[in-house]
Amino acid sequence: MTRISLYLISILTLFFTACQKETQVEKANREKILLVGNGGDPKSLDLHLVTGVIESKVIGSLFEGLVGDHPQSDTEMPSAAAVSWEHNADYTEWVFQLRQGAKWSDGELVTAHDFVFAYNRMLHPELAAPYVEMLYFIKNAEAYNKGEIIDFAKVGVKAEGDYTLRIQLKEPVPYLPGVTRHYTWFPVPKHIVLQHGEISDRFTEWTDVGNIVGNGAFVLQSWKMNDHVAVKKNPHYWDVEHVKLNGVRFFPTENTYTETRAFLAGQLHMTYQLPPDLVPKMEKEYPQFLRKDPYVGSRFVRVNVTRPALNDPRVRMALSLSLDRKSLCDTVLQGFAPADTLSPDLGAYQPESVVAYDLEKARALLAEAGYPNGKGFPRYSILIGSGGTRSTSEAIQAMWKKNLNILFDIHAMDYGSYISAQQKLDFDVTLAGWIGDYLDPTTFLLMWTEGNGNNNTGWHSDDFEKLLDDAAHSADPAERLKLFVQAEKLLMEEQPIIPFAWQAKTYLLQPQVKNWQPLLLDNHPWSAVELNSEKGAP
Amino acid sequence: MIGKLINRLLQGIVVLFVLYTLTFFLIRALPYGPFQTEKAIPAHVIEKLKTQLGLDQPLHVQYIRPLKNILLEGNLGVSTRLEGRPVNEIMAQAFPVSIHLGIMSMILAILIGLPAGVISAYKKNSMVDYLLMATAMIGLCLPSFVIGPILAEYLGRSKQMFPVMGWDVRQVSTWGLPVFTLSLGYAAYLARLTRSGVLDVLSQDFVRTARAKGVSTVKILVKHCLRGGLIPSAAYIGPAFAGIISGSLVIEAVFQVPGLGRHFIKAIETNDANVIFGIVLLYGALVTLGNIASDFLIAWLNPRSRAQS
Repeated sequence: MTRISLYLISILTLFFTACQKETQVEKANREKILLVGNGGDPKSLDLHLVTGVIESKVIGSLFEGLVGDHPQSDTEMPSAAAVSWEHNADYTEWVFQLRQGAKWSDGELVTAHDFVFAYNRMLHPELAAPYVEMLYFIKNAEAYNKGEIIDFAKVGVKAEGDYTLRIQLKEPVPYLPGVTRHYTWFPVPKHIVLQHGEISDRFTEWTDVGNIVGNGAFVLQSWKMNDHVAVKKNPHYWDVEHVKLNGVRFFPTENTYTETRAFLAGQLHMTYQLPPDLVPKMEKEYPQFLRKDPYVGSRFVRVNVTRPALNDPRVRMALSLSLDRKSLCDTVLQGFAPADTLSPDLGAYQPESVVAYDLEKARALLAEAGYPNGKGFPRYSILIGSGGTRSTSEAIQAMWKKNLNILFDIHAMDYGSYISAQQKLDFDVTLAGWIGDYLDPTTFLLMWTEGNGNNNTGWHSDDFEKLLDDAAHSADPAERLKLFVQAEKLLMEEQPIIPFAWQAKTYLLQPQVKNWQPLLLDNHPWSAVELNSEKGAP
Repeated sequence: MIGKLINRLLQGIVVLFVLYTLTFFLIRALPYGPFQTEKAIPAHVIEKLKTQLGLDQPLHVQYIRPLKNILLEGNLGVSTRLEGRPVNEIMAQAFPVSIHLGIMSMILAILIGLPAGVISAYKKNSMVDYLLMATAMIGLCLPSFVIGPILAEYLGRSKQMFPVMGWDVRQVSTWGLPVFTLSLGYAAYLARLTRSGVLDVLSQDFVRTARAKGVSTVKILVKHCLRGGLIPSAAYIGPAFAGIISGSLVIEAVFQVPGLGRHFIKAIETNDANVIFGIVLLYGALVTLGNIASDFLIAWLNPRSRAQS
């Protein structure tokens, strides 16, 4: 008995003496290491195989594209792997001059051949890259990827010498520099990838710790699954003298409550996402940490227009007009902004609003469609995936019941089934969202064409597609945007999707983190971030 | 004894085989495939992936191939969710964490539960007994996803005694919250089992005889009662040990412990068949071994059960 209690006492003392004195953030401030809540563990660091935002954060520290991200502005296009670029009159051909002497993290030179190799690998039919459509801007890229062309030389990308990259596009793309900031356009080190397998080999070890080589400001230091990914400063980076951090540690914080607690306990410099129900508490108690940055994402109700009643545009418009978006955003979607169009703020593109909160019109449209005061309306349900959308669906359910006297059930599914049901059109209406890849309306509009894998509404319109097609072939940027405004207006008049909120990135940030401004795409260049090591500095 | 052990192990292998078969068909019954992402993957890319992973082959080929690889090479294949990372590597990283968390929690549960049960039984119907048993009842009723965040908020954030997130083998303070939270429910159940077991023995004639002979209380409890009184607990500890390792999913999520549980949940959510096989078979083997160990422990504690079998 005494032996047992001795053991017990020794274990307990071990636990209780292990109290920490300096918080992890304070220690990291001294060492200039940024501690980042990253929302989950990357699936892989092979930029040709991943599709997620979580991966993009880590990849953005390890690699750099032709054009860089600016720490303060979404529209500035700082030079990165390329120092200059020019285009022909109709924006179908671009020439990038690469930075001479820029090196991979193993000291080898970064050349135009690495870019050509990267695009060849991404487009290789045997690699089966899931995000390959991002490269379909390039001439013949789609045909090569689908195996219709065997010779990669026919694809519109050429290295002219070591430092000139010529890209021919299938149509005018005036916003190409912005697109090249996406990781699908980054180079990969040809010499390293081929050292670990063939160009089209999917499962190789080139991205493992110790093997991976990048051209970004940081190199991979360690990766323990579901624990952390650590990167440290890359001494071979061309702009290394301006890199302020010595490293970044990404934590796979899936549980947002745990993440928030860890932040407040001094374990993180920033969180990935603040749970909406904690926003009021943070506003009151910790306003100095709270950030609500606009984000290029939309939330909407996706409607299956093949269902009776829902196939009537008047019904869909009635459903849309009866949503009080403002109160939805004020109460449930803390931090989000009420949306009256699909595309959020994209700079020069200003879509026309056609929906507003208008109960009278909503009820009249519903009656006109044959369901006065909701009478005879089929009993449908709102499909949601597991996670944080339940309260949103309940608020929408209540609004439709109260305003239109239509009762929708709520049907929750696990995530995989929820996605699968949408792709099979096996739902009535569902809550969904979309995050833009770059700042151009195409990232929000192209998906609503017939047969697009992300449409999932059963809706299509020849007029809509004609407008998109005209815009695609227009070499005049202003004219092009005007056509997109018309296209979005048409889409909104039909309401196969009922947008209700523009996303915001709501998170916590330590005030010691400097050079961190709100960015629509949330692509903060890690190389520009600074840490002020003074404790609690404002 | 050896014959019995071999017999039980062979039964275990049959159990694992049945487990594999059931899992194989359950995975096929999932309404989503391994390439279902929010942003749709082009159809021709999915076809290519299916061919590469052999998912376009007849069912019996798909059934036999992983089985053959596991039995002949000990190779569990690659994860589709983690873009080709070997399942063996995933398990090698995560399983030691789960085992470590499980063993520490079980030890703590035994250290809390057994003494509490013995004291409770000895002080039957006293204030001490009521207090201990009421605490145990609370421990049993409060799920770990409630107690975990409460402890983290108080001991972690407010008192800064333990980190509220993460796990480091070399840093004992990181074990504190997950181990303590995970052990509570098991400690409570063990306390109740031990109490009833010891009470049972305390009312036996030989205990009265020992008392009459003037044997000290401590000696009666430890030497005469504990062995018999522990039988219910021993029957529980074996399977519970397997349960504590496979059942730490919630704790892993709350405290961000990089164990197997998180891989398991995500593998099921994304139809990552090889990872599911690996973890199901491992858990299956653990439960089987836990049960066998429990039976042998009881046989050692209770000579009568040896005679019966």
